[in-house]
Amino acid sequence: MSEVNRPLSPHLQVYRLPLSAILSILHRATGVVLSLGTLLLVWWLVSVAQGEAEFNFASSVVSSFLGQLLLFGWSFALFFHLSNGIRHLFWDAGYGFALDDVAKSSIAVIVSAASLTVFVWALVYLG
Amino acid sequence: MNSKISQGNDTHSTKGLSHWWRQRVTAVALIPLTLWFVYAVVSINGADYSTVITELSEPVNAVLIVLLIVVAFYHAALGMQVVFEDYISTIKIRMACIIGSNLILLLLALAGIVAVVSVAFGGK
Repeated sequence: MSEVNRPLSPHLQVYRLPLSAILSILHRATGVVLSLGTLLLVWWLVSVAQGEAEFNFASSVVSSFLGQLLLFGWSFALFFHLSNGIRHLFWDAGYGFALDDVAKSSIAVIVSAASLTVFVWALVYLG
Repeated sequence: MNSKISQGNDTHSTKGLSHWWRQRVTAVALIPLTLWFVYAVVSINGADYSTVITELSEPVNAVLIVLLIVVAFYHAALGMQVVFEDYISTIKIRMACIIGSNLILLLLALAGIVAVVSVAFGGK
């Protein structure tokens, strides 16, 4: 074996992912979560169309602890995917590729997703 | 090799607006639609049945929710396709997953649209 004297590709189990890489995989993960979450939206809409009893049942499920927890996670996924998606659109247009810009926009995406989530749930529970 | 890539593969059509563009166009459309959707969900939170029916029957609301369903499910189908393409290397299984996910998303979108339309036109 000759001595390896070149950069090795990151070994994912020991390599600490940069923030931008974590956000990148989170974008995909939240996209999949949102695709699955469409089930919830369609189920609720169908319950409204079915009648008052079905709607009341759906409402009780949604307002249960588990339902609210699911909605909370879904809302964060939505706001994260929205915020990071807007960043992706800027990248697609050719802006924000410099490393310090990426570092700043990563923070902006996290702050935006977290504050939108907190804001909306504050409206629901305090508004 | 390069020419083959530029011609696309099994799941990449080179005709019409490319997958990449369709994903971006739907993404841009989803920004205002999502914000409206969040606003609508927050305002309808805790409302009783008759209020929900009244709100959903409002033409602007009905049109926007149908538009949201169409664009969001299309965006989801495009996104899920890329996920399957990236992680499933066996072409047959990959194609089955993509077709399956497209069909499920199409059925869900249709169910959602039919529900909104039936409420909006006062079936019940």
